[in-house]
Amino acid sequence: MITLHNVTKRYGTFKAIQSISLNIKAGEIHGIIGASGAGKSTLLRMMNLLEKPDEGDVIINNKKLNHLKGKEIRHIRQFLGMIFQGYHLVGNKTVFDNVAVALEIAKITKKDRTERVMESLRFVGLETHKDQYPSQLSGGQKQRVAIARAIVNNPKVLLCDEPTSALDSKTTTEILEVLKQINQQFNVTIVIVSHELEVIRSLAERVTVMADGQIYDVVDIEPTGVNKIEKGAAAFVEQLKSGGDTNLS
Amino acid sequence: MAISESSIMVGFSVIAALLVGLPIGTFLFLCRKGQLLENRFVFSSLNLIVNIIRSFPFLLLVIFMIPFTRFVMGTAIGTAAATLPMMVIAIAHYSRLVEQSLLDVPKGVIHAAVSMGASVKDIIFKFLYVEARSALVLSMTTSTISFISYSTIMGVVGGGGIGDFAIRYGYLQYRTDLMIYIIIIIVIFVQLIQYAGITLARKIDKR
Repeated sequence: MITLHNVTKRYGTFKAIQSISLNIKAGEIHGIIGASGAGKSTLLRMMNLLEKPDEGDVIINNKKLNHLKGKEIRHIRQFLGMIFQGYHLVGNKTVFDNVAVALEIAKITKKDRTERVMESLRFVGLETHKDQYPSQLSGGQKQRVAIARAIVNNPKVLLCDEPTSALDSKTTTEILEVLKQINQQFNVTIVIVSHELEVIRSLAERVTVMADGQIYDVVDIEPTGVNKIEKGAAAFVEQLKSGGDTNLS
Repeated sequence: MAISESSIMVGFSVIAALLVGLPIGTFLFLCRKGQLLENRFVFSSLNLIVNIIRSFPFLLLVIFMIPFTRFVMGTAIGTAAATLPMMVIAIAHYSRLVEQSLLDVPKGVIHAAVSMGASVKDIIFKFLYVEARSALVLSMTTSTISFISYSTIMGVVGGGGIGDFAIRYGYLQYRTDLMIYIIIIIVIFVQLIQYAGITLARKIDKR
């Protein structure tokens, strides 16, 4: 589904990502974890070219994204939903309009837009809030609106950049449940970045552990809760297995 | 007559600010480092031009522009001719305020728009202007009040207007009462514009 092939990202002389290769399977929930500055958000943002790799390729459905032109990239992005830690809603748009804007960009007719926006809002449980503004919502509700906006265009992939970092534990559980449902009901591939082990452990099927712009390890989390280490041994992985310190930041 | 001359000068300045200053300010913002259309050459050039125009003492700008005004308008005297330098300063003034207003839009909103596949046009009209709308209204309010102030000195090139009337008939003919009336009218007018701008900005700000 998503393949990163030897991708490198530099900011001046600093290498944020160092020749990473990673394959994310269709339909899986893939976690990316690591301490602050490990490069996990940069890696995620490369998957929809919010960050362009200086070297290597980003391949989605056999298309090299970084070789496409502006219009083609924009078209592909419409099917790669993304949610952020800070929600990034438009404060001057209602909940309805915040979700509808994704369909406007995709040039969906007004008639179809209304139906699809309401369907998306119903899914996240916010249909009765459609006329409210983001400033009238709680953090959890804002993230639900952001999720509704990200899924309204029926994406194949949902990229989640620290989606629960600003939320309390109860709201985090609710948001993770919504993400699980999206994966199960719509077979959407989910890539989630977090520095919270608990979040990754409760959601992801496979985890990429990052440190210093490199992949430290890739871990399968089996349904029984027993972890299978694919390669190497690492402190992060041990923590992941033993349920140790749940915050890597 | 004087009020209508002032209205023409200020009115055309507002129109120029909206039609030309808004796009230039938007372009200035978009060409900045780290923005969507980052272009150092375009940004530096536009930035320099805007800075130079805004640095000019307005009276000197009007006089400096006389040959250009004569070339474009066929005359350098009268209300229509006086409107041209007013429009030039209006464009420079408002474009800078537009740029500043857009800088206040959270970067994350633009990232979200890009991640949705939005084009630059989509980002401008569906995100930037929507999110910055109250700041843009307040900027226009501030600009309009400045334009009124600028218009009062246009008598120097025969532009007329309420300021020229105050100087000609109030100050030079020792009609202090007339000058005070005119100042009161201008003060009331400015207060009304300020009130209308703030009220509208507050009404459309849902953040």
